[in-house]
Amino acid sequence: MPVLGRACLILALVACAYGIGASLYGARTGRREWADSGRRAVYALAGLLTVSFGVLELAFLRSDFSFATVATHSSTTTPGFYKGAAVWSSQEGSLLLWAWLLAMWSSLVLFSTRRRMRDITPYATAMLLGFGAFFCGLLVFAASPFHVLASAPAEGNGLNPLLRHPSMMIHPPMLYSGYTLFTVPFAFAVGALAARRVDAEWIRSTRRFALAAWFFLGIGILLGARWSYSELGWGGYWAWDPVENASLMPWLTGTAFLHSVMIQEKRGMLKVWNVSLVLATGVLAILGTFLVRSGILDSIHAFGASTLGKPFVAFIALLAAGSIALVVSRRDLLRTENRLDSLLSREAMFLLNNLVLVGLCFVVFWGTFFPLISEAVTGQKASVGPPWFDRYTVPLALMLVLLSGIGPVIAWRRATAANTRRNFLFPSACAALCAVALLPVHVAQKPLALCMFAFAAFVAGSIGQELVRGVRARRAMASESVPLAAVQLVRRNRRRWGGYTIHVGMAVLFVGVAASSTFQHTRDASLVPRQTVRVDGYDVRYVKATGRVADDPDGTGAFMTLGAVLDVSKGGRHVATLRPARNYYPGDPSQGTVGQYIMGDATSEVGLKAGATRDFWVAVQPDAGWLMKVVAKGNDLPPSAGGLALAAIAQRYAERPPPADFRLIASPLVTWIWLGGMIVAAGGLVALWPAPDLARRRVTASLRARVAQELGRA
Amino acid sequence: MDALAALLVFVVLVAAVALVVAPLRRGRTERLIAAEEARREELEAAKEAKYLEIRDAEMDFRMGKLSEADFRALDRQLRAEAVEILRDLDRLT
Repeated sequence: MPVLGRACLILALVACAYGIGASLYGARTGRREWADSGRRAVYALAGLLTVSFGVLELAFLRSDFSFATVATHSSTTTPGFYKGAAVWSSQEGSLLLWAWLLAMWSSLVLFSTRRRMRDITPYATAMLLGFGAFFCGLLVFAASPFHVLASAPAEGNGLNPLLRHPSMMIHPPMLYSGYTLFTVPFAFAVGALAARRVDAEWIRSTRRFALAAWFFLGIGILLGARWSYSELGWGGYWAWDPVENASLMPWLTGTAFLHSVMIQEKRGMLKVWNVSLVLATGVLAILGTFLVRSGILDSIHAFGASTLGKPFVAFIALLAAGSIALVVSRRDLLRTENRLDSLLSREAMFLLNNLVLVGLCFVVFWGTFFPLISEAVTGQKASVGPPWFDRYTVPLALMLVLLSGIGPVIAWRRATAANTRRNFLFPSACAALCAVALLPVHVAQKPLALCMFAFAAFVAGSIGQELVRGVRARRAMASESVPLAAVQLVRRNRRRWGGYTIHVGMAVLFVGVAASSTFQHTRDASLVPRQTVRVDGYDVRYVKATGRVADDPDGTGAFMTLGAVLDVSKGGRHVATLRPARNYYPGDPSQGTVGQYIMGDATSEVGLKAGATRDFWVAVQPDAGWLMKVVAKGNDLPPSAGGLALAAIAQRYAERPPPADFRLIASPLVTWIWLGGMIVAAGGLVALWPAPDLARRRVTASLRARVAQELGRA
Repeated sequence: MDALAALLVFVVLVAAVALVVAPLRRGRTERLIAAEEARREELEAAKEAKYLEIRDAEMDFRMGKLSEADFRALDRQLRAEAVEILRDLDRLT
């Protein structure tokens, strides 16, 4: 069925071109039927790309190696669960996923706003279809997922083993949902500027989509961190890798936008800032896709490298230049309606929070692109590492956490000395108490970490105080019971309380980051069975080696697994039994009878004992010299003896193991990072939960009034 | 191209064209939006924002973030602004 898939892609490109023309014609002439036809072109795009995506997905599930992309990214030995997700491990498949998600989200937003903002939506439709046209153009002319091989191979190359992790199956769709959803507020901002209607209506109508983009992108980033922690074998969750940074940048500016739009909605202020932020976020979302797909910067995501750099650069330059030109040309409309009343107000804190977030984004941008910048200036490619990022991001993160505690308790417009004292006393006491409690332990030697813990306590104190006072206020107004008052408080302002929950989650997450990065103990050791090594007061005993063939307990399709059993104890008390392993996957047959299984791809399956206060993490690497020797010997055997040779190697490894290299890490509070992420996600869901549609209520009310009027006349 | 694929492509093409051109086949021309409708949407949005501001100010006062004097002044000002918006809305009716 590659013909059907390809034909749908061509039709999708035609639908985009037609829809852009129809929408712009409708907008310029005011003819509604053309604007409606343009909107329907988006629905058609969604339908056509659904068929295309379905055809490709089916080809992967059926291991149809006549499709070039299936042959290079899947195999019959790839487990079924991973076959379905292998679609987006290929460049062509991931671009198709991008375009498909864009079309689905665009259809949803245009359907939900079909009776509103009729002057803005045709322009927004044209912009959304512009994004669609770019990606469909790439899929038709540069990276077709439906390229057919002259003769289909009997077996495919298989999915990159690093991607055979549950997080990786959900991570790309989450990131791409975030990226594509950020094009919605981008398109509506362009529409509002083009239609010269810059009131808060477009923000109100697309706010939920911006929030959903932020939510999905955040989950995607967190899943990526989890994958890095449990799959990459280096023991960390964030490496300031260009591709990680690429997803963080739009998330940071999106966070700033979600805060500053509240000021425009309430006070009619910061219009230029908000429009600029959302346009920058849209451009950064495309930049993020470009960084993953271009291979322009060295990254652990080397599987993403391709030759699509030039069209992406041209598209990003067009978006950036167009955005700037549009904002400059409409600057007269974007005048603020109000002024900042006081520097001690919630507006001022929001502004400061925005500056910190944009500052963080700039630091990440500079550090990410430094290799290109240095090459352009000095002719030599130099890169900056985690210490450089930490120098700038740690103080900014501290400010951000502190502000997330100040924002909720400070009043809009102007805070007086009396209410400032009243509102800040309890959170400040929480922070001071936390700092004093931690002083006797060794935390005091790390002032930045101590500040982070104290600021997190400040956040917890301020949100807790808000909740108690809010419940009291509701009880005074409506005489409700405490639980009912708490539920009603959240129900009546889900956005606010969802946001407060997110603040608490972020504080918990930052506590985890500060503790695990500051107080981590790492030890690299080469051990033979029955040897013991000590890490952070834990005794780790290498009990025995293990070897298995075609029996991967994690179901990733590994051909051979060499591992270890470790006993972890503290003060003679057993803490955990860990089983780290190294998985080996079939590679290039030209590397010999045994070499093809051992010299190909290999991944670490870490041994992890996660706890509320401490994680114990171990990765193992069998001795490389020993492996080279067995490969040299095994390669003398005929190809038909490969399976038996591997079984013998695994058995030999388990019975008489050579020394193995271990990385052992004891990290405090890593679990808090994932817990904080879950709290943030819960807060996001509370904020996203749909409230009754005001517009629908307005329409219903006006129709009722009309019915009553006409009945009265009769 | 086999016959089944050709048939499926044809069906998809017809469905897409039918979906997209349906509004053009209505046989009548409608204006996209009247200036009055745009102004009404703008005022409705401003009204909702002002009401939200009034409710938030009251909640801030009840939670001790505003003194009584500040709240009274702010509430008076916000309500006056809301009245202006409602007057503008009435003029459109």
